[in-house]
Amino acid sequence: MALKTAVAAFALALSLAGVAAAAARTDLKLGLALEPTGLDPTIDAAASIDDVVYQNIYEGLTRIDQNGAVQPALATSWDVTDDGLTYTFHLAEGVTFHDSTSFDAEDVIFTYGRITAADSINPQKAFFAGIDSVTAPDAKTVVIKLKAADGLFLFNVGRGAAVIVAPESEPTNVTNPVGTGPFKFVRWQKGATLSVEQFAGYWGTKPALTSVTYTFIKDAAARVNALRTGAIDGINNTDASTLPIFTNDPNFKVLVGTTEGETLLVQNNAREPFSNLKVRQAIAHAIDRKEIIAGASSGYGTPIGSHFPPHNPDYIDLTGTYPYDLDAAKKLLAEAGYPDGFTATLKLPPVPYALLGGQIIASQLAKVGIKLNLVNLTDFAQWIGEVYTNHDFDLTIVSHIEPNDIGIYANPNYYFGYNDPDFQAILKTLNETTDPAARKELLIAAQKRLAEQAVNGYLYELPQIGVWNAKLEGMWQNQPIGGVVLTGIHWME
Amino acid sequence: MIWFALQKLLGLVATLLVAAAITFIALDLLPGDTARFILGINATPESVEALREQLGLNAPALERFFTWLRGMFVGDFGMSYTQREPVAGLIAGRLGVTLPLTFFAMILSAGIGLPIGILAARKRGSAVDTGLMTLSQLGVAVPNFWFGMLLVLLFAVTLRWLPPGGFVPWGDNVFGALGSLILPSFALALPQAAILARVMRTALVDVQSSDYIRTARAKGLTMSEAVWRHGVRNAMLPVLTILGLQFAYLVAGTVIVENVFYLPGLGRLIFDAISARDLILVRSSVMILIVAVIGTMFLTELAYGWVDPRLRARRDE
Amino acid sequence: MTSPFDSIKSWFKHPSLRIGAIASLVFLLIGFVSVLWTPYPIETVSISNAMQDPSLAHWLGTDHLGRDMVSLVMKGTLTSFVVATIAVAIGAVIGIPLGLAAASWGGAGEWAILRVNDFLFAFPALIIAILITTLFGPSAINAMIAVGIFNIPVFARVARGGALSLKTLDYVAAARLSGMGPIEIARRHILPNIASLIIVQATIQLALGILAEASLSYVGLGTQPPATSLGLMLKDAQTYALLKPSLALIPGITIILIVIALNLAGDGLRDQLDPKLRRLGGARGVA
Repeated sequence: MALKTAVAAFALALSLAGVAAAAARTDLKLGLALEPTGLDPTIDAAASIDDVVYQNIYEGLTRIDQNGAVQPALATSWDVTDDGLTYTFHLAEGVTFHDSTSFDAEDVIFTYGRITAADSINPQKAFFAGIDSVTAPDAKTVVIKLKAADGLFLFNVGRGAAVIVAPESEPTNVTNPVGTGPFKFVRWQKGATLSVEQFAGYWGTKPALTSVTYTFIKDAAARVNALRTGAIDGINNTDASTLPIFTNDPNFKVLVGTTEGETLLVQNNAREPFSNLKVRQAIAHAIDRKEIIAGASSGYGTPIGSHFPPHNPDYIDLTGTYPYDLDAAKKLLAEAGYPDGFTATLKLPPVPYALLGGQIIASQLAKVGIKLNLVNLTDFAQWIGEVYTNHDFDLTIVSHIEPNDIGIYANPNYYFGYNDPDFQAILKTLNETTDPAARKELLIAAQKRLAEQAVNGYLYELPQIGVWNAKLEGMWQNQPIGGVVLTGIHWME
Repeated sequence: MIWFALQKLLGLVATLLVAAAITFIALDLLPGDTARFILGINATPESVEALREQLGLNAPALERFFTWLRGMFVGDFGMSYTQREPVAGLIAGRLGVTLPLTFFAMILSAGIGLPIGILAARKRGSAVDTGLMTLSQLGVAVPNFWFGMLLVLLFAVTLRWLPPGGFVPWGDNVFGALGSLILPSFALALPQAAILARVMRTALVDVQSSDYIRTARAKGLTMSEAVWRHGVRNAMLPVLTILGLQFAYLVAGTVIVENVFYLPGLGRLIFDAISARDLILVRSSVMILIVAVIGTMFLTELAYGWVDPRLRARRDE
Repeated sequence: MTSPFDSIKSWFKHPSLRIGAIASLVFLLIGFVSVLWTPYPIETVSISNAMQDPSLAHWLGTDHLGRDMVSLVMKGTLTSFVVATIAVAIGAVIGIPLGLAAASWGGAGEWAILRVNDFLFAFPALIIAILITTLFGPSAINAMIAVGIFNIPVFARVARGGALSLKTLDYVAAARLSGMGPIEIARRHILPNIASLIIVQATIQLALGILAEASLSYVGLGTQPPATSLGLMLKDAQTYALLKPSLALIPGITIILIVIALNLAGDGLRDQLDPKLRRLGGARGVA
């Protein structure tokens, strides 16, 4: 008798367990290639930090959505004066930080005070140089006055380094991040994993996931193995070379999207022979973008003709400005005084698109007599030192992943030394313009100018290649800003 | 014996001081601005300078060197520039993976290599001997990162018996932690086992034709008994030398295996720290490695001196 | 004293030595030929031809950039050998005099040299490699220096061990008494007799050097494109391992065969020189 009851109870327990298992999972094991050095994005520029914390642990006054548009966040609405100088942000109510302290205007003042301080070490301080004052007429309102109108101000307010932090927790944010976001930090096993869990007191819509564990895997082949064994459920950005393993496997879905990364063959415009427009035009004619995309990115990536991302509504296709034409290239080189070509060095940072792209471009330019010596740099620190700070280079290949960064061409002291008063004039007007239609006109003019001047070799837009468990939904296909936003991700069942 | 040990200790301290100086100088020569790397290319020059001040990078080299040395004596290895945490804690965490991994690899390599060497020596000249020595040739020749990859493909991806990498913390699950270290230990142990097998075999073969074995046999022991009772002990000396060197190699040489299995080990800590120009983390980690290795060699020499009094009289080997 | 070179003829009776030496020479030859000629140039990239199977045009197929595998293996073998050889040369040229000096001076001089040796052993080899490449940029040359530095204490140890054992011999003592300077003694009496020890160690370090170059290339610090080495080929192939295993198998098996060949040759040499080694105390001290 007792045995029968026991068996029945056991069977019931089993069936209940079965039912529980059939409900969708709410945990996620996410893979990331790079581990962050700390968890405070306001004192360290590493992109790996935003990958973990942006919009997950911390939030800003505004946020950038998956289409690159500005959306409300901790500021639920705002008013802008007609002269574009005064922004009044209305803050959300009932918001608490993960340590239960409440959020109000004081925290916003504290955050922006830190960003704009004279000894600030915020990596994006330059974007907020135009701030004149930040005041709080009451606990739910913040008024920011600018020195001059800034068409990108609301976007910048939504960037990773402008997230709101609290004075109580700020000193320890680097190892124990405290924000207002939907996920709260649980623990970090340095070198191995980092876990976060859903924040019960979140003021906004609760996410579907209840816990997320990040595993840091630098080696590309190891990432493939981790995906295949289910040690991780997905990775938002991985090597294109490994995709064929997953594209035909029904257990996985591959999400190929765009990023803000313009991959360029950067030319030192301040140096011979690249200061000569004809030489730059010749190089533009000698570059075969299709072959580069096929070889360096396994075919993934959209060709670009100027420094602007194709997914942006203000983009125009300028890839035809200097079509692939070896004869035209040789003719231009001869006109420029280099009938037999010339020799130059190409410095490459240690990333696959640069290493592979460099080999391919060297092979292509050799066909018009330009002989390239490839110099592989050990790491990005070396690239920043030699190329970026000291401007000691002829050519380099790099991807500029900052959103809205066409303005770098208006800075004559930027590392590639392009000094064009016409372009600087266009940008000056653009920065002061807030009307979207007017901005579009100016942006088109800017793109055209850069394309015609062949300032750099515009190769392709870096793709975001995500490999995910087929049952996952809600991941961002594109990456308009640094970060891996977890809020929309859920399991289908 | 005491005098012998003291002499050695003096040598040890001198070596370590010189090692610290060379390490500090070599790393300071590295080009690249730590503060600029941390803050990225958009940061203003004022911010970069402010960070340099904060991290103490503007102090003169001699001052930084002595602060570092002094700190090391009391166990304070400084604050990591990039991670803003005490270096000592960061290293301790990684040692929790690297040390067990090293020990398991050594136990495996000895446990596999020594019996194979003994067997090959006993069956010297036979097909078994040739076969085992051929296998050991193979073991030495396979690049260990390649072997690691093959192990993952077989045992993790295909058979699903073991995880493809990663590390379950000891505190979470002891068996999980052990499981994470199985494949990496094998990947590290294989070439070492092959070397040990050959060294053991050579040493035993030498020993088999020596005088005291002949004496033992004359007394009536069989070859096996003679070798086992007297030979193996004497053959262990060269084996111990190799084991000591192996420890040195393993403790520092695990970067590649740590990469393949994405383990949070000391090798990767150093590698990543160099890329990030976190010089204080690098030099303290390297000093700990040097201390570990030189310390092991020191202990081995002491053990030698204790085991073989003749060696104490002769100059150190 | 019989010069080592008199014995060469008898060496080739030893099977290990015969196989090992011949195989090593074959690979060396393949590498040398690539200096003058390869079926296809390896700098030319041709994406449309990527990852092809073996065919009449490409006997071992093509890699992910469309380059001919046979040409890559030839050039790769050359690079791997060159790196390993120069690393051995650096180790020997600096290490042997250091070891001999230590044995002959004794006292404080020897003590200092031994401490430097200990330091070089203890300083993680990979870290040396990383530091050198970070200072001077990654390249095959810097890989040679890094591996070479690690070879110095090995050769120093061998030279010192051998010299110490010889020191007590009569003819050396006689030479000292007759007023011969230490350098003369080293050149005339010691070097020729430890030559066999050095040669054996050199073949071992050569094999290790090839493996070390592979490891360095795997982490991106060794040979750089468009040049190639067996290690670099293996690294490039890792990500494609599941798609086209041959990309990894070809350089991997080549490395294994070369290392085995060199080790067989080294073993054979050691066995041949066995009686001499015994006298020099080599069998115990040499790894």
